[in-house]
Amino acid sequence: MKKRVLTVDDSRTIRNMLLVTLNNAGFETIQAEDGVEGLEVLEAANPDVIVTDINMPRLDGFGFIEGVRKNDRYRAVPILVLTTESDAEKKNRARQAGATGWIVKPFDPTKLIDAIERVTA
Amino acid sequence: MDMNEIKEIFFQECEEQLAELETGLLKLNDGDRDPETVNAVFRAVHSIKGGAGAFGLDDLVSFAHVFETTLDCVRSNKLEPNQDVLKVMLRSADVLADLTNAARDGGTVDEARSRQLIKELEALANGESPQAAAAEPAPKAAPVVATMPAPAANDEGFQPVAFSFDDFETEEPAACDLPAYDIVFKPKSDLYSKGNDATLLLRDLSRLGQMSIHCDMDGLPTLDRMNPEAAYFTWKVSLKTDKGEEAIRSVFEFAEWDCDLDVTLAGDTPVATDELPMQPVPFDLSMLDEGAQAPTSAAQDQIAAQERDARDAAVSAAETASNVLQMAQTAARPPAEAGRNATTASSAAQTAAAQQAASAATPTIRVDLDRVDRLINLVGELVINQAMLSQSVIENDTNGTSSINMGLEELQQLTREIQDSVMAIRAQPVKPVFQRMSRIVREIADMTGKSVRLVTEGENTEVDKTVIDKLAEPLTHMIRNAVDHGLETPEKRLAAGKSAEGTVRLTAKHRSGRIVIELADDGAGINREKVRQKAIDNDLIAADANLSDEEIDNLIFHAGFSTADKISDISGRGVGMDVVKRSIQALGGRINISSKPGHGSIFTMSLPLTLAVLDGMVVTVANQTLVVPLTAIVETLQPEASAIHSFGASQRLISIRNSFCPLVDVGRILNFRGIQANPVDGVALLVESEGGGQRALMVDAIQGQRQVVIKSLEANYTHVPGIAAATILGDGRVALILDVDAIVSASRGQSLKPEISLAAAG
Repeated sequence: MKKRVLTVDDSRTIRNMLLVTLNNAGFETIQAEDGVEGLEVLEAANPDVIVTDINMPRLDGFGFIEGVRKNDRYRAVPILVLTTESDAEKKNRARQAGATGWIVKPFDPTKLIDAIERVTA
Repeated sequence: MDMNEIKEIFFQECEEQLAELETGLLKLNDGDRDPETVNAVFRAVHSIKGGAGAFGLDDLVSFAHVFETTLDCVRSNKLEPNQDVLKVMLRSADVLADLTNAARDGGTVDEARSRQLIKELEALANGESPQAAAAEPAPKAAPVVATMPAPAANDEGFQPVAFSFDDFETEEPAACDLPAYDIVFKPKSDLYSKGNDATLLLRDLSRLGQMSIHCDMDGLPTLDRMNPEAAYFTWKVSLKTDKGEEAIRSVFEFAEWDCDLDVTLAGDTPVATDELPMQPVPFDLSMLDEGAQAPTSAAQDQIAAQERDARDAAVSAAETASNVLQMAQTAARPPAEAGRNATTASSAAQTAAAQQAASAATPTIRVDLDRVDRLINLVGELVINQAMLSQSVIENDTNGTSSINMGLEELQQLTREIQDSVMAIRAQPVKPVFQRMSRIVREIADMTGKSVRLVTEGENTEVDKTVIDKLAEPLTHMIRNAVDHGLETPEKRLAAGKSAEGTVRLTAKHRSGRIVIELADDGAGINREKVRQKAIDNDLIAADANLSDEEIDNLIFHAGFSTADKISDISGRGVGMDVVKRSIQALGGRINISSKPGHGSIFTMSLPLTLAVLDGMVVTVANQTLVVPLTAIVETLQPEASAIHSFGASQRLISIRNSFCPLVDVGRILNFRGIQANPVDGVALLVESEGGGQRALMVDAIQGQRQVVIKSLEANYTHVPGIAAATILGDGRVALILDVDAIVSASRGQSLKPEISLAAAG
């Protein structure tokens, strides 16, 4: 069984990089362009782990994480946040919103996969 | 593991030991007097003897035994390892290698030679000169009169070491040597609500080393008060790891606000034995102590000569056990710890043994070559496939969405990395080939009465195994040539003010993606006058030809060229330097010579690191794409009409710098077209061919240079005359790789196949 990853990011480049990296590592990848779309596809995507950006149009990462945690079925799904800098304040906000962990952009493929492996069984 | 596999491992070990032996003897020969060098040499012969005993290889055992006895004299300073002694020992090492090979492959050895060496070794052990042994008539099966105690078992320090079978699975150093940490980890309820999981954190922790976990459930309330989403447990972990506290804390990086974490370095408290993953190996401990007596007791333990045989047998049995044990250890990793219950007297020796095992063991696996070959083939397919994919995307120009382009770039990168990694799997140091050469040097030096020292450098330079396998033959021939033709006799050297001993220097190094092997001798250099005269006599050059020194030197690569006044059976052997040049070229390599009269010659070979790819010139002939190996091409030129001369029905020559060179129409030879193309419309590739003659191959156009993956035509289709192999181009089309020699031969009128007509086409 391939693990399913939902990625939420408004930048096409980042989405592509995530897609290539995750597919190479043997994950199945479902992509959304912002928090709203992320919540819309959540049920259909049925992810084992979510990777989300913070700054996005319509609904940012904090809002998206809260939304996921309110969903009974997905309130314990691991969520990794992409942050541009190892900014403690942003990390904290993401944590309070319910994020499991974070990845610093520009992400290194190995580190991304490591982080995903760490939070999934 | 069955007996055959163990035997196979024994022979592998023999090879390693023989290499050790030779290295050590050569060091002694250079004046090294380090006792460790002597010990290493002794150990090598000793362990070959021990293993051979286990498999009943009597010839090997008896020769090794005599050899070992003499080495023991050196070890105990009864015999000075001077040049004469080492001469005998180096030859003995060669015989030992022959005996090992005979035992492995069932061949025969030169009995007279080994008997002679046994006599010489015995003479040395008895304090006589080896020449004395040569003069005496051979006593029939002389019993070895040992004038000194045979080496006792405990000299070798047969130290059984307890090791854990659990260790076979892991790569970590033995747990008992590692720092131990006590970690107390108490998750808070929030940890779970954020999608973290104590189980996963503990799993990651366990990857750092050896871990034992205790779960403290004291905080667990009664069922009616329990909140199913809260965290109640405290995990107490003891972890033995060399990764450090930082690594431990980083496991909890995501959870640090949602748990209480306490990491402390445990004191030097010894780990309780029952926590060690050790399966006690059933050893009789009293036996351990016996095996580990202090060596001095051996001296008090002198036994009469008639008892010695019996003891030798016991020794070999013990050695065998020790060998098997060592193999097991090498196969696994250094033993965790010397036997706990051994006596103090033996523990130091055991530690030494353990350290030795540790330094000897590098984690390697053996893989069948055909598996690697299959992988290399697949990678070749992948490279081609990736090129095709890129090309079709470019051709269809879908305004490549960035994801496709990104994916392609990633794929290209990955493909390259895979190709490099796979090639690295097959890469091996040239050391074994270089080591074989020192024996060749010794043999030729003996035959010619010359005194020669071989110096090797860059033995660890790596190159693809297939290249290594094909390197031995030309190298052997060149070494023979260097000693036989290159170096002068000691008298001549002394007369020329040089040392009586000549030096042959063999070096390997990497240079711009190729391996460069140099063979230098400090002999007389090439006698240019003689070479020139010979070339004139053989009609290779005109009597008034104006050649540079370099051109004269390179004449020796012409077929049938030998400057030795009498054909010696050493270098001669019906093989000339032209054959060396061919075999180097067949490997996609080049060979050059530079020589300085009175100072010697240097042969330089430059070879590709692998045979799986080839640098080719991609050309067009009659609308077909062909690849010409770059190594065969001397130069390319655009023929001028004035330079083309016809003679006979269809023969044409091109004049290049005042000499004439036959034109070969590749399209005609391969039957791509019936009529001759006009040379002026095409390009001429000047190639060197067998016999050293140059030919100009006519092609229509040059597309460019490219590295191509070689695909065998024989394996996939059938042999095609004039074609060496095939490759697949980026657009998916098959392109044939020319066999330049065959094309040239065909142009001389030896047709490729009957249906190719070389008759004049009007």
